[in-house]
Amino acid sequence: MSDESFEPKIVAFLCNWCTYTGADLAGTSRIQYPPNVRIIRLMCSGSVDPTYVLKALLDGADGVLIGGCHPGDCHYQSGNYKARRRIIALKEIVKQAGLDEERVWLRWVSASEGQRFADVVTQMVGALKEKGPNPLRQEWAV
Amino acid sequence: MMSEKSKPRIGVYVCHCGTNIAATVDVEAVAEYAQNLPGVVQARHYTYMCSDPGQTLIKEDCRALGLNRVVVASCSPRMHEPTFRAAAQEGGVNSYRTEMANIREQCSWVHHDKEAATRKAKVLVASAVAKVTHLEPLEEREAGVHPGTLVIGGGVAGLSAALDVAEAGFPAYIVEKSDRLGGHVAELGHTFPDLEPTADWLAPLIRRVEEHPAITVMLDAQVEEVAGFVGNFEVTVLQGGQAQQIDVGTIVIATGYQLFDPSRKPEFGYGRYPGVLTTWELEQRLATGDLVVAGRAPQDVAFIKCVGSRDIQLGNPYCSRVCCMVAAKQAQMVRQALPETRVTVFYIDVRAFGKRGEEFYDEAREAGVRYRRGNVSEVYRRGERLVLRVEDTFLRRTVEHETDMVVLAVGMEPRDDTGVISALLKLPRSADGFFLEAHPKLGPVDTTTNGVFLAGCCQAPKDIPDTVAQAKAAASSALIPLIRGTVPVISETAIVDAELCAGCGMCVDVCPYGAPALDPLWGVSRINAVLCKGCGACAVTCPSKAICLQQFTPEQIMAQVDVLTV
Repeated sequence: MSDESFEPKIVAFLCNWCTYTGADLAGTSRIQYPPNVRIIRLMCSGSVDPTYVLKALLDGADGVLIGGCHPGDCHYQSGNYKARRRIIALKEIVKQAGLDEERVWLRWVSASEGQRFADVVTQMVGALKEKGPNPLRQEWAV
Repeated sequence: MMSEKSKPRIGVYVCHCGTNIAATVDVEAVAEYAQNLPGVVQARHYTYMCSDPGQTLIKEDCRALGLNRVVVASCSPRMHEPTFRAAAQEGGVNSYRTEMANIREQCSWVHHDKEAATRKAKVLVASAVAKVTHLEPLEEREAGVHPGTLVIGGGVAGLSAALDVAEAGFPAYIVEKSDRLGGHVAELGHTFPDLEPTADWLAPLIRRVEEHPAITVMLDAQVEEVAGFVGNFEVTVLQGGQAQQIDVGTIVIATGYQLFDPSRKPEFGYGRYPGVLTTWELEQRLATGDLVVAGRAPQDVAFIKCVGSRDIQLGNPYCSRVCCMVAAKQAQMVRQALPETRVTVFYIDVRAFGKRGEEFYDEAREAGVRYRRGNVSEVYRRGERLVLRVEDTFLRRTVEHETDMVVLAVGMEPRDDTGVISALLKLPRSADGFFLEAHPKLGPVDTTTNGVFLAGCCQAPKDIPDTVAQAKAAASSALIPLIRGTVPVISETAIVDAELCAGCGMCVDVCPYGAPALDPLWGVSRINAVLCKGCGACAVTCPSKAICLQQFTPEQIMAQVDVLTV
């Protein structure tokens, strides 16, 4: 299944206060990670609409990363808990759509965890390379 | 649907950031690519977009080309979004119709491969262009400010900060955990670099604070909860089992430090031999004049410096900055009290910085204090006396030094309750455990939480003049919102389309701030923009999709997804 030349495309929805800032810290600390991730900034992981994730997958993204604050640290008190419940339900729908629910990752990365952000991206790229391209992309590309 | 007037006319500005971006990303190619994106009228690249000429470039283009949207591809929006929003506004473009592509932190700084980085930068710019196309103009909004500053901690830092706030004509509230003001310094008999009795200057400072009509001092009190934001903090203070709420505009943290506990260095025999004490204990002995050890005046006194500081194994790699001078002070005072006694200071380095620091160190040596460079590895007993095993780093050999009293110059550590305050105010800490300032050079008293400032040793170890200087700086920064009387608040609030709203009330349940409420007459949701913090939880929850978060609407996000999945 894995193909050496396959470079997975990851769309990341990151909360402004923790994970987006953590990604900035990876930058200011010059921590290198693969260029496969493309970030969309949202204010809170709790405002990631499941339709965004589904659209990204249907449009052919190989993976979707949702990044929020660690439990208890949400800038808006409880947005990350809402995200967690929502993503569990969303994964069921992703499965129904015939996709591997492990293409959707929800990870907590704080503003001070630049290294963790780089590690998460690196791990996700590795895992997606194992899985190979999003099959929907091929279907839709025809 | 889009009127002719709001038809996108986008300017794209790609920043080199010197070589920070340009060394890894082909900025010229990115600008060329952007020029062909839909709606883009002009795309340029420039060395420093944030510089005056860079901003002028944007402003002039906005006017000359009639732009109505601006994209800047440079650093993180958390860095320069306010800069470019202001530039666009001056060029006649609504500041909320700007978008940044973060091609430095998310691209040039984290990737080496120039080809891949350039490709990614292009995609990030396309995503920003897609989003800006759908951005609507918003109004700037302001909120009022509770006039007053909360000062947590009643040591020298807290006292100085509160006094400056009060002198400027605003109420200051000091919340002190212990039952008195003055902090650690109140326990010092004398201070360096002049051997002045502490009470001579501390007592008048405390009196001025206590008598000031604008200062409220709360002893035996703790901050229990902090809600709100800059200008509008609601602080719950617990005092004697009673909770009370104080509304303030700004907060100064002056919680100080705790002393290193030398029992964590068992090799020095602290707690085992009565002749081994800390500089803190010697301070009390000097105050009472009781220097007797084992029933007689010591013939020899040895100081060991850097106890608990500059010690990587302990996890305290930093210098505590005051111990060198404390040792120099106490060594002089021992010589004064007991002129026959031999006094030796064992040191790794002598750090006699600051005004009159070096002179004070000279005075200690003139007073007969011996300085010997050496690492003390162990203290043990020989008969009635104590012995230091020392590696003399000049002679390069191990020597023994017999003495009667060993004084450990203990350093400073972050307080055990630093984590509690850190959690209350969402303040990050640096690797050493002290509170982290917003910028090591440009924001040494600011924090990442707007309206919260740091003063004194809670940020890092420092001496009294530096503490007072930082406290006065924190007070002056804390006064800015109070004097202005308003603070900007977010314009990116959630709005309801009443036509679509079914009045189910799920937004009311999901909002942590109580911003949405059902209109009793129309049965639809209304969002109070003053209470809305712009998290977007209601927008996602709404089953009719009647709510959207301005600046983050589904239309805008979907446009970004479209571009990013190509």
